[in-house]
Amino acid sequence: MKKTGAQIFLESLVREGVDTLFGYPGGVVLAIYDKLRQYPQLKHYLCRHEQAAVHMADGYARSTAKVGVCLATSGPGATNTVTGLVTALMDSIPIVCFTGQVPTNLIGNDAFQEADIVGISRPATKHNYLVKDVKDLARIIREAFYIARTGRPGPVLVDIPKDVIMDTAEFEWPQTVSLRGYQPTVNGHMGQIHKAFERILRSERPVILAGGGIVWAEASQELQAFSQRLKIPVITTLMGLGVYPSPHPLNLDMPGMHGTYEANMALQTADVIVGLGARFDDRVTGKLDRFAPKADIIHVDIDPACIGKNVPTMIPIVGDLKDVLTKLNDLAKDDPRSAAFARSHDAWIEQLHTWRKNHPLFYKPKPGVIKPQYVIEKIYELTRGEAIITTEVGQHQMWAAQFYHFSKPRRWITSGGLGTMGYGFPAAIGAQIAHPDRTVIDIAGDGSIQMNIQELAMAAEYRLPVKIAILNNDCLGMVRQWQELFYEKNYSEVMMGGLPDYVKLAEAYGCVGLRATKPEEVVPVLKEALSVPKCVVMDFVVDQEENVYPMVAAGKALDEMLLLEA
Amino acid sequence: MRHTLSVLVENEFGVLARIAGMFSARGYNIESLTVAETLDPTVSRMTIITRGSDQIIEQITKQLHRLVNVLKVVDVTEEGDHITRELVLIKVNADGEARAEVLRLVEIFRGRVVDVSPRTLTVEVTGTEDKIKAIIDLMMPLGIKEIARSGQVAMARGAKTLGGERKPARTEG
Repeated sequence: MKKTGAQIFLESLVREGVDTLFGYPGGVVLAIYDKLRQYPQLKHYLCRHEQAAVHMADGYARSTAKVGVCLATSGPGATNTVTGLVTALMDSIPIVCFTGQVPTNLIGNDAFQEADIVGISRPATKHNYLVKDVKDLARIIREAFYIARTGRPGPVLVDIPKDVIMDTAEFEWPQTVSLRGYQPTVNGHMGQIHKAFERILRSERPVILAGGGIVWAEASQELQAFSQRLKIPVITTLMGLGVYPSPHPLNLDMPGMHGTYEANMALQTADVIVGLGARFDDRVTGKLDRFAPKADIIHVDIDPACIGKNVPTMIPIVGDLKDVLTKLNDLAKDDPRSAAFARSHDAWIEQLHTWRKNHPLFYKPKPGVIKPQYVIEKIYELTRGEAIITTEVGQHQMWAAQFYHFSKPRRWITSGGLGTMGYGFPAAIGAQIAHPDRTVIDIAGDGSIQMNIQELAMAAEYRLPVKIAILNNDCLGMVRQWQELFYEKNYSEVMMGGLPDYVKLAEAYGCVGLRATKPEEVVPVLKEALSVPKCVVMDFVVDQEENVYPMVAAGKALDEMLLLEA
Repeated sequence: MRHTLSVLVENEFGVLARIAGMFSARGYNIESLTVAETLDPTVSRMTIITRGSDQIIEQITKQLHRLVNVLKVVDVTEEGDHITRELVLIKVNADGEARAEVLRLVEIFRGRVVDVSPRTLTVEVTGTEDKIKAIIDLMMPLGIKEIARSGQVAMARGAKTLGGERKPARTEG
């Protein structure tokens, strides 16, 4: 029996194992929405803005390892998804985004709500499709999910014209995917792995730089086994937080612009750096030609283009990190030299610990004033480090990375590459829907939260108990910090007048609003928020002048950190 | 350094835009690009001439590989001996004495006259980039009215071919 494009679309999602869909209806996708109720396996969540729908799919994906799915209509619905797509592209997050398109015969005619979303999203996606014939729809959906989740994951957009949605064809779900131009290398090359292992054994000051690739390869256990057998300290990038337990004597935490002293000094002093699913981006390396001057770099990544892009690489290994680390662990286990090597660099570990002891992360309490870091410490304590934490972008994001200690992957959800303000709240909604019984907290700033605040309506409608902790310093804190340090305190357009009363705003949406203005109010507010089974907005009025330290200024080398004076 | 890349791609709409977009988004330049169908109608062959340090050329090759519609990328310059050819059509003033000079040049360059009018000749010349440049330089004083160049195509010398349409497993190093 023939099915319509709308039915084929929904049927294909079911075949892909999709159970959650974030979307917003509109003219050309009405036929899909018309059939939605025939597929009760698919739960559709109605967002209030399509950008948020993509971030929700993204948060859902990051917290579950599944492909996130969203749906928007043509024109403005489609263009609203772009920021979400680039956010996912930069952080390698698997998403399939479906957009409706005007009928095929109107494409190119500047029709109502027409936008060339395939053209617009070409550099915003890993790959994209325009479906021109309903007979291709099932195959393209199958390919889209395959491309999104395999290799280096990423967002895929599928644009479906209205006539294709209405047209009919036999539904045939392809058993296999065959893409002759897309064959990611999964198995690491044994010769290269041997070379890497030998170089590591000859090192005196080795360090591992572990990134988001470890999260997506589900290789956290393998990483820990390798590091602990050979006693190699581990630095986790912003995207990799949680792949190694923190605190742990071998964990140096985050490197880079706001990284720890010991992580940055380790990179600058190491003789071997093993990059695992990290892309050596500018926020990690600081001034590139003075980055890691003494180190030979071994770089493992599933994306060959990541290797050698920013830093010269001595030993490149293309492959899935679980595969490569398993092979490295086998080598280390069987090699009699491993035990001696593990004992050979105690002085190096000692040096790292001395750096940490002399320059720890800290802040100076001020009587009667809430320090933003204090709020994060208390969130960590009250959730015992087990919450799913999302963030917006700015100072609060860096403080969350520094002061909430992650011990498991997929509990830390942040926009690292693109730095998207307005990301954290919808991402928290996506994570909460995936994990109804977990505590999900968006750590936010008073600037960022306003960029997708409309989703409070969605949180209220679906009774999602997402918590939002606004570190409210009444300004754009990170921009203010840069202006203070690099623009002679010329505070240009960062003091946001007209901030809403977040407590009343939360209540207006049917959520709960709480406020703390003194340090002693922080814990009671957090406790109350965590006990209420509803969406809660917490407004923490914090010290406006607080800066994020350490800081490597733009254009400086990693060992030229600005430190907070004790 | 200048590199010539031979690229096999899916013969689908939008593929050229993906490749051109990758070059412009990442700030790589294209000196010449040609594209046409191969013996397999589902596959097109592109010849791209670009310029950059070894590190940039390596990135260009890798970024091309990342595109789902790209089947194979070969750096012809790296691979060794190869032939490049370009075709140019030149519409040149051929009044009076100039006419004889144009015909002489066409003969020397083993070109052909492909269109004739009372005051102009249109000639076709094929060759390496240097040869094309030479004929243009020599015709210039006679009064070139218009030129159209095809861009270069390239092929390895000897029995070696670009191979099937399968993308090979990516190699290390």
